[in-house]
Formats: sequence, structure tokens, C-alpha cells
Amino acid sequence: MPILPDTLRLTARALLCAALCVAALAGCGGKPKEKQVPGGDARVGKQLVTQYQCGACHKISEVRGAAGEVGPELDGFGKLSYIATVIPNQPDKLTAWLMDPPAMKPGTTMPAMGLTEQEARHMAAYLYTLRSPK
Amino acid sequence: MSRMRQMSEPLQSVLHPAGADAEVIGQFTWVLFGAGLLIFLAVMALLGLSLRRHAAPLRPGLWIAGGGIALPVLLLTGLLAWSTWRSAQLVPQASNNALAISVTARMWWWEVRYRDPASGREIATANEIRIPVGRTVYLGLNAADVIHSLWVPALAGKRDMIPGRVTGLTLRADKPGVYRGQCAEYCGTQHAHMALHVVALAPAEFEAWLRNQAQPARTPEAALPLRGRAVFFEQKCQSCHTIRGVAASNSLGPDLTHVGSRLQIGAGLLRTHSSTLAGWIADPQAFKPGVFMPAASGIDGESLRALAAYLEHLQ
Repeated sequence: MPILPDTLRLTARALLCAALCVAALAGCGGKPKEKQVPGGDARVGKQLVTQYQCGACHKISEVRGAAGEVGPELDGFGKLSYIATVIPNQPDKLTAWLMDPPAMKPGTTMPAMGLTEQEARHMAAYLYTLRSPK
Repeated sequence: MSRMRQMSEPLQSVLHPAGADAEVIGQFTWVLFGAGLLIFLAVMALLGLSLRRHAAPLRPGLWIAGGGIALPVLLLTGLLAWSTWRSAQLVPQASNNALAISVTARMWWWEVRYRDPASGREIATANEIRIPVGRTVYLGLNAADVIHSLWVPALAGKRDMIPGRVTGLTLRADKPGVYRGQCAEYCGTQHAHMALHVVALAPAEFEAWLRNQAQPARTPEAALPLRGRAVFFEQKCQSCHTIRGVAASNSLGPDLTHVGSRLQIGAGLLRTHSSTLAGWIADPQAFKPGVFMPAASGIDGESLRALAAYLEHLQ
């Protein structure tokens, strides 16, 4: 029985395995993309978050004075799968939620703040940039 | 909502005077600072000269008599004469011919009372003093608990507010605008969160505002604020708060008859809006630890929103 071919085959298999693993890791690696909100500008959204005083109820570390304890912290909001635990966290749903929370989840404490759709889009775009829970 | 978008940061600055007295005080600040700066520079120049290697010998007697006695006497006498003359031009501290408003400082908010010119009744509001531009206003000051001090830098100097004693502060705003003021005497844990706004309005606007404030609270038409009015009683808010025409007189906390028309809630803490009202009611202690208002207990989300919508509606 030739020993060498066997060894070669094993080596080849190991190499292939390693290559696949590296490829797979490469696929996982890199920065995951933020969800995109059509027509939403995160920079404007951050200003709106300040202006509408979201920080009265929510903690957002990078917004000055936003240290509310009434609602959930928003530092990792961009990574959440669900809005308010029940609504799939998708751009159009988030925009609708920001405009009228009670319409989407009756009984919620969060009030409608009278945002225009454009303002809600900007704000949603900003909220998706919040990806590091503190 | 429009209020949320439009309100810019109100001015709280001695260096941007908007009233007669603040103008004089601002001038004092600059003249004294300027004179001090000139003297400092002159002393530094003399120091520089004295460090020269081959300086000529001095006559110490002349320098002591001139720089140590004559110069300060001349300068200080001049400044004293000028400041005395200028102080005489401050608005007289008297209530004659002035619009009288009573301000009572409490831990940690301001109760403001007007007299309705039509009925003669008192109208209470909080944390906001609206005044007509160009008219002298006499603020009768008092404190309910500890010593506070009223200071609206853009309009006037400070005046202490002492329990059991009425002091007064006369001021006049020459430009319409919103001027932030602050308690200027340490009065407990939330001293830093004891702010107020002076809103100077055109005389006609002021009259209209006062007429509206004199009205009792309006009954809401929409379902949500109407439900909120019931929640107000369910939560026993009337034990501390008055809403004229709805809940009898209790003055432990601010009068809420027209709370929705005020710029801010919590004594300059948050801009008035149903969302900030809801947040504040849910847990005042989170915003202002130590404040006498307890957190609403066992109030469900919808009732909280209804209550906030009702208070916002009270304009």
C-alpha cells in the first residue's frame, strides 16, 4: 500500500477544510451593515432625537442629557430584532412606529409625538446606527 | 409640536442685557473689568521695567505716595462717583405704577400669581413669568420653605427670597424674548434644577395671554384627553395640584390650569409636550431626585398617555 498518496490526500483534505473555514470566517467577519432607511439621514435624525427630547424617557449614551429611565435604553437598538418586543424591527415598521406607537401596540406607554413621516425616517436612520449596548 | 421645533435656547447672560437694569449692570461689569485690566497691565509694565539690569535708582517715597496712595484714591473715587451716579438710574424698587406679580419660591419650583384685571381674582401659574415689553414690573418675592434667590441675568440683578418676609424686585424688559432665570441661592438637592423663564411679550399679546390664563380649564372634546381627566382623579393628582374649574384648590404642587401653555415643565427641565409630561409623571424622581412629587404607581400605558394628553390640552 502506498503510504505517500494517503498522506497527500489527507493533507489536501485538511487544506481544503482550512480554506473553507477561512472563507466562512471571512463571510462572517467585517462590520455588519446597518439597516438602511430610504430617505433617512442619520445626522438629521440625531438632531431630531435631541429636539424631541427622546432622552426624557430613553437612555442614549451619545446624546447629551438623554438619560431617561422610563423606557428602554436605546444604545443597542440597531441590533434588536423587535421594536417594543412585538413588532419586527424593519425600516418601514420603525418609521410607522415612531409616528404613532399606540396604533401599532395598543396599551403602549410611548405617545405619538406628532412626527412627520420625513422626520420619522431620519430618526429611524439614526436609531439603526445605535449598535453597541452599554 | 411646533413648539418643540421652534423654541431656541433662551438666553441667560449678563453680557446680553435686554432690560434697563441689566444694561446698567452690564456696563458696570465692562467698566470695572476694563479698569482692572488697565491697572494690571500698568503694574506688569512697571515690573518689567524694574527688572532691567541697569535701571536707574528710584525714589521709593514718590512711588509709594503716588502709586500706593494718590492713584488708588483718584481711581476708586472716580469709579465710586460714576457707579453711584449710574446706580441712581436703575429702575426704582417700588410697586407704584408697576404691574405687580407675586413670585413664591418653593423647593424646587416657582409659584407665580397675577391679579386678573377683569375679576380681581388671583391667577396662579408656575415657573414662567410673562411680562409686557416696556412696562415696569414689580415682583413681590417670598419663599415658602428655605431661602432662595431670583436671578434673571438678562433683565436684572439678584434678589433673595426669604421665608416669612416679602422682598421686591423691579424689572423692565425692553426687547421681546424668552429669558432664562435660575435660583441663585443654594436651596437643597435640586437647586440646580430650579430654573424659570421670563417671557417678554408685546403689550397686546400679554393682555391676551392674561385673559386666557384667567379662564378656567377647558373641557376636552377628544376621547383621549377626556379619559385623561378621569385618570387625573384616579391617580389622586388633585391632592397636590389645582386645575381651576376641575379640581379644588390645592397648592402643594404647581397649579395646572394652563400647564400645556407653559414653555417647560419641572422648573425648566423639559419642554412641555405630551411625551415629556408622560415621562415626568411616570417617574419624577428619575429626572429630579428628591422632588416632592411621587412616581405614578400602577398606571397603565394608555392611562398615562391619556393623562399626558389631557395636561397638554390644558392651554
